[in-house]
Amino acid sequence: ALSPGDTSVLAGLYGPAEAKVSKELPDRAALEVLLRPKVGLPGVMERSREQLLRQTCEAVVLGALHPRTAITLVLQVLSDAGSLLSCCLNAACMALLDAGLPLATLFCGVTCALQPDGTILLDPSARQEQEARAILTFAIASSERKVLMANTKGSCSVEEMQQCLAAAQRAANTIFQFYRDSVRRCYSK
Amino acid sequence: GPRPAGGGAYWVDSQQKRYVPVKGDHVIGIVTVKAGDVFRLDVGGSEPASLSYLAFEGATKRNRPNVQVGDLVYGQFVVANKDMEPEMVCIDSSGKSSGMGVIGQDGFLFKVSLGLIRKLLAPKCEIIQELSQLYPFEMVLGMNGRIWVKAKTVQQTLIIVNILEACEYMTAEQRKQALAKLSGN
Repeated sequence: ALSPGDTSVLAGLYGPAEAKVSKELPDRAALEVLLRPKVGLPGVMERSREQLLRQTCEAVVLGALHPRTAITLVLQVLSDAGSLLSCCLNAACMALLDAGLPLATLFCGVTCALQPDGTILLDPSARQEQEARAILTFAIASSERKVLMANTKGSCSVEEMQQCLAAAQRAANTIFQFYRDSVRRCYSK
Repeated sequence: GPRPAGGGAYWVDSQQKRYVPVKGDHVIGIVTVKAGDVFRLDVGGSEPASLSYLAFEGATKRNRPNVQVGDLVYGQFVVANKDMEPEMVCIDSSGKSSGMGVIGQDGFLFKVSLGLIRKLLAPKCEIIQELSQLYPFEMVLGMNGRIWVKAKTVQQTLIIVNILEACEYMTAEQRKQALAKLSGN
């Protein structure tokens, strides 16, 4: 479970396992992401987030090593206090790491809120998200801090987006250090 | 990553839970289906492995091996790549079984991480030497993370199982202490 502030997501990864004949791909692993909200049935927002996560994960997982298999990632939202998508991205990457799946690079999620006066807030709370002019979520790769995924809600200028991206790339260092420390703690008992 | 000055190669061992079949690996499989001339075994990978009934020592079309669904089989992979279904046999290249085949009755099968299996299979493994001084026991190690243990009584078997499972996280000192306490009993 991963939680910046009070947002908490539980991730479970299964695979590479046998895939249904209708879903198997002949040359790579078929990745499926299931996002379950805290209350209620999954709706359209969950479906679109699942696709974002799936495409990000597909870009890093070396699926060609496991053709005709299925990799399933299940994310359960335990609490949502803002920055949910980046929390899901971080949980997904840690689940992939913990399962030992072959990855091209690690990734992390960072959310930026662009306030009406132009200041940039990282990992905004639910309140700050509502008051912001635009919310940008980036998935940053660990190799050369390249951008894997960018999601924008609201409107902002190109310069503002570049500034948010630069801030997110700087913040990514902290998250990757956290991954390192967690894994080290896990295996050095 | 770091490279040695002599231009040699580093082997990076990573801790994995999921087993991926590799040609030549010896594994413990569980028979799930008996379909005509072929058995399907669950080896813990992404798909079941196939084992022909003729791949046992001394097996012929008339003399079939006695294998039932649910039996444990120790064998090695002859075909194991990412594109094809893995295939196992219970004989080596000269036709002898050399320890492979159906694993006998009783005993206890349990799962550990792949890293621990590699540690146990290293030559002169301390853990196994120390355990053998505790009680006499039989053990089969599968590269797919499965271990089968059988000692004289059920209690001794379970004690050995618990120690092996705990070896994952115990240091050598803690292990020696635990074994000393048990042999003192």
